[in-house]
Amino acid sequence: MNYSDTSIAAITPFLSLENVRKTYPGVVALDGFSMEVRPGEVIGLVGENGAGKSTLMKILGGVTTPDTGTITVDGTAHNSLTVEGSLGSGIAFVHQELNLFENLDVAANIFFGREPLRAGPLKLVDRSKLREMVAPLLKRVGANFSADAQVADLSLAQQQMVEIAKALSIKARLVILDEPTSSLPLAETDKLLDVIKALKADGISVIFISHRLHEVERVADRVVVLRDGMLAGTLGKRDINHDQMVKLMIGRMLKEREKASEAARAPGATALAAKAIRTPTYPSRPVDLDVRRGEILGLAGLVGSGRTELARVFFGIDGSLGGTLELDGKTLVLGSAADAVAHGIFLVPEDRKLTGILLDLSIAQNISLPNLPAHARRSLVSASAETATAEKQKKNLGIKAPSVQTRTGTLSGGNQQKVVLGKWLAMNPKVMILDEPTRGIDIGAKAEIYGLMRALADAGVAVLMISSDMEEVIGVSDRIAVMHEGQISGILDKDQFSQENVLLLAVGKQPK
Amino acid sequence: MSKKDLGLLILILVVGAIVAIINPRFLLPINLANTSNLIGLFGILSIGQAFVIITGGIELSVGSVVALLGTLFIDFIAVRELDWPLAFVLIIALGAIIGLVHGWLITRLKLQPFVVTLCGLLIYRGVARFYTADGTAGFAFGQNFPELEFLTAGRSWGVPNSFIALIVIAIVMWVVLHRSVFGRYLYAIGKNEEAAKYSGIRTGRIVMAAYVICGVLTALSAIYFAMYTRSISPASHGQFYELYAIAAAVLGGFSLRGGEGSLIGVILGTVLLQELQNLVNLLGIPSSLNFAVMGGVILIGVLVDQQWGVFRARRLMVDAARKNVAGAPAE
Repeated sequence: MNYSDTSIAAITPFLSLENVRKTYPGVVALDGFSMEVRPGEVIGLVGENGAGKSTLMKILGGVTTPDTGTITVDGTAHNSLTVEGSLGSGIAFVHQELNLFENLDVAANIFFGREPLRAGPLKLVDRSKLREMVAPLLKRVGANFSADAQVADLSLAQQQMVEIAKALSIKARLVILDEPTSSLPLAETDKLLDVIKALKADGISVIFISHRLHEVERVADRVVVLRDGMLAGTLGKRDINHDQMVKLMIGRMLKEREKASEAARAPGATALAAKAIRTPTYPSRPVDLDVRRGEILGLAGLVGSGRTELARVFFGIDGSLGGTLELDGKTLVLGSAADAVAHGIFLVPEDRKLTGILLDLSIAQNISLPNLPAHARRSLVSASAETATAEKQKKNLGIKAPSVQTRTGTLSGGNQQKVVLGKWLAMNPKVMILDEPTRGIDIGAKAEIYGLMRALADAGVAVLMISSDMEEVIGVSDRIAVMHEGQISGILDKDQFSQENVLLLAVGKQPK
Repeated sequence: MSKKDLGLLILILVVGAIVAIINPRFLLPINLANTSNLIGLFGILSIGQAFVIITGGIELSVGSVVALLGTLFIDFIAVRELDWPLAFVLIIALGAIIGLVHGWLITRLKLQPFVVTLCGLLIYRGVARFYTADGTAGFAFGQNFPELEFLTAGRSWGVPNSFIALIVIAIVMWVVLHRSVFGRYLYAIGKNEEAAKYSGIRTGRIVMAAYVICGVLTALSAIYFAMYTRSISPASHGQFYELYAIAAAVLGGFSLRGGEGSLIGVILGTVLLQELQNLVNLLGIPSSLNFAVMGGVILIGVLVDQQWGVFRARRLMVDAARKNVAGAPAE
């Protein structure tokens, strides 16, 4: 190897795509897309849902074959990649939904299927060797947990570190992180971004896909923006900023970022009041919280601080171990979600696909489900009544679907979320609880959901929004309650809003 | 009627035609009457099972329940000389209670349906055998119950009344499963119980109701079976009937994961199973092979159905791709 070789290697991209086109029946997913990734470069890949990011990932993972175009990996040109080929050339994926065995420990997960074996016919796993192999990997990702820890006991960020360590274990040269921070709280996000910087320092390339643009701003060397399957533009390090990215993503500037009206709202009467409520997760930490009519109360805090658990008690899914709930001043006893629904307390849950909607049912069937008796005559379901309600919500919310008979499983995340909202809006909400309502949803739909929450509040509904997205909590809420280890550590009024204050409360300190 | 159901119906007709050609006795009124009687008996049982399977559960104790309740029914009217309508009501109530207990254990105490009903299978069989001291329950010479016998084992216009009973029950249950609010809840729970709960459905009650329906229909069929055999040895009466019922549901397009299947499907599944039994008898296949034939056909049926699904999905893709290519120059 001579000098000229190494200098070429330094500027030769590790990966380059040229004119890649991929069509699916009826849609062009990628259209003449080109990009390159240099060694040690962090690329932020952004685009609205449906812009073609997933297709691009599938092509790089060798899961799908492009129709035309060239993929050059490490100097070798291919028409398409195979799964083994992609892995073999050092491309590793960390998916949004982690692929870990929660019942195994960290070491077993990292080397799953590639465990070092002891000599002998029994092929026992060599535990000590395994631990030796895992140790340096964990160190590289800055892990603060041991190789023996059960994955189920780790936080989400820690689990992501395990995934990244797994990627490193196959000597990855390009790590693709798909929405890694969408479910992480702030403090953990910082850790993850640090890991990305460490990878970069080791000369490993990173493609960072995210809807959280301020994080992209922080780590990316270059931002590639996809729109409708085409390269909408590339931003160099100096040009990376929120508004530029948004402009490229949607093809125009967003109108003045929505700010809640500055005029002080007269606080309404308390709708839902928790008095010394104890959730099953934090039985020794009583929670007091008032949600007022006509306000959006943001509930911030780190993941695991007990926000979702509190919402589950408010919605009657879990029973409270003590304390009382009051609705409009009257004591409320909730034995099940059905009781909460009967009182007009609705929840848009965190996990849309598992608990929010039934993917196999149609839009109409999902929307009518909580209020089915109202769509029936003599206990028999009236399809026309169902359709009428659903059509109204579809129009109201702008749900994009061929018809209300469309299976919800085929809709995009934003539209699915609108179906969840629609089923509650079709009834009369008194208290609307939304748990991470915009997670995994594209910018356009996000703005619509913020608008809806505001409209609900203006109509006198008490809105409680749980969110780990700092911009969202500060931009949308009228008041912010922050949780720390199962308790409300503080409530901020509009004039006290700042990222710093929320963060201080979230880690249990006093705001400034 | 879905395409799946239509396919099953065609299969039933084709098998029937083949059997009829090989052995014309298949179409004799006496054979058809006997077969439709059995379809009636097993059909009622299978509908009950279907309501449980749709929730993602399973009811393994129905064979033993048929033995226990059948024994009790005959004992009530033949030995204890209760009025038969009273005995009838008692037996149906017992069936409902058994279903309620199963449902309660499953929804409130969170036991797995398989475990609960497997224990039921063992318990009810044991109780039935103990009750008669392993003897046979039957009628004394000359004991007659004309109305009861007409309703259960009799015929109207040559059609067994058990078959007519099945038709009536099937129509009612079709409305319940496919048109009612309760039926929609059942499907929703079978598809995704958590999401159903988060939509404010009292899932526990609905699932419990499904087991009660199964218990009631099983009790009803227990009475029909008892009046059909007229004597019951509790050690063997009703053995494997739970598997007939499950097989009928699976053949009829039900998924054991829940949330899938139609009432017409489970009826057609029952018809096909009984047709196969009849086929074994009529074609001179050794009756020892009975179960093997049934198992084989179910396996083939499920395989064909699954492969057909894969084939259709692929054809749809190809069609769409072709359309796309054809439309490309216009772009």
